[in-house]
Amino acid sequence: MGTMVTVDVRDPHPMPPDVEAAVETAIAWFHQVDATFSTYRDGSEISRLGRGELLERESSPEVREVLGLCAEVERRSGGCFDIHCGGRLDPSGLVKGWSVQRAAERLRAAGARSFFIGAGGDIVTRGEAAPGQRWRVGIRHPELADRVAAVLETGDLAVATSGAYERGEHILDPRTGRAPEELLSMTVVGPSLTYADAFATAAFVMGEQGLPWVAGIDGYEGLGITRDRRTVWTSGMAALLVRDIAPAM
Amino acid sequence: MPIRAAVTLAATAIGVVLLFSFRTPAAAPIATLTPSSISSSTSTPSPTATPSGAPPSGGASPAPTATATATPTPAASGLKSGSFTGQTYTNPYGNVQVQVVISGGKITSVKTIQYPNGHQQSVFINSQALPLLEQEVLKAQSAQINIVGGATFTSQGYAQSVQSALDAARA
Repeated sequence: MGTMVTVDVRDPHPMPPDVEAAVETAIAWFHQVDATFSTYRDGSEISRLGRGELLERESSPEVREVLGLCAEVERRSGGCFDIHCGGRLDPSGLVKGWSVQRAAERLRAAGARSFFIGAGGDIVTRGEAAPGQRWRVGIRHPELADRVAAVLETGDLAVATSGAYERGEHILDPRTGRAPEELLSMTVVGPSLTYADAFATAAFVMGEQGLPWVAGIDGYEGLGITRDRRTVWTSGMAALLVRDIAPAM
Repeated sequence: MPIRAAVTLAATAIGVVLLFSFRTPAAAPIATLTPSSISSSTSTPSPTATPSGAPPSGGASPAPTATATATPTPAASGLKSGSFTGQTYTNPYGNVQVQVVISGGKITSVKTIQYPNGHQQSVFINSQALPLLEQEVLKAQSAQINIVGGATFTSQGYAQSVQSALDAARA
């Protein structure tokens, strides 16, 4: 599976030189993350950890940070997020969001105000799409390839989606070892893509019960698409939904 | 005293990177559609979808070079108007080739003219993935929706073919 990462800065001219450099740095960062965390690379730290060739305390600060965050989400989700699911170490459910979140923080620190970073469907937006215009983020319909199931208007926000349609990333319920069946997809929004990404995975596993779980986390909201083609969302999500676009169901 | 018009120069700095996480027979280097490009124009907003960068690597097949049917009218984005056919690339599911139409410096359409249909799974995957990706390229220029999220599949070959078509449009 390949993931495409896009960094798009929309700041008015003159763009600070630091921002241009930060875009380059972000791209290099994503390559570094892939080299460190890929479960498909035998030589990555994660693969070596998984085989027991490397101890957690010997690993890089980034790996230890990610493993700590994964343990936190596992705890908070009652085991619905589990990086040891299936007998192998796989923090993919958090790494993508975490790496984009990190890149976004650095880009902002470099002076960028309005931008988005997207990685394989998970997105951080900052500022505005254009002067006076909020970002409009379409949530792809899990079954109808050319449609969006919902449109969100965002400013500074993270948007992550987990679903049955993620090829090569079959999400299993760590409690049963089976694929969750209630939802086609679960989108979680909030201040940090690190958490939104992992929460979306956990909430997808929980099914419709994932919505009240997400709603109970300060700052995070959820939107699910059910097997019976209903779109369901938490009350706080309603403020972000663009209503004049009919959901393509 | 003359009123100074506020000219908004929207700049779009887009970096696109492809990260491969599938096993390939070769050493599987990360395909580098890098570094990013900085393109700017005088209009607002001007989200030019311009993945740019290094020559394709990884799953590139020995393919015909990108062809262009262009009128030499480079716009602010540096993209000439016309129809540009990208190179054929091979990903684990087969061959991918796209045709990009550029008008006024912007991508107006991306057509998939060759896509994998090798075995059952590929057909399913790609009948979904390719239209999605086409949409992603086009939606980036849509005023209605800036970004489409929600799916994680990305075709390596697709992005590379788009890239080579854009390179041809700049040549």
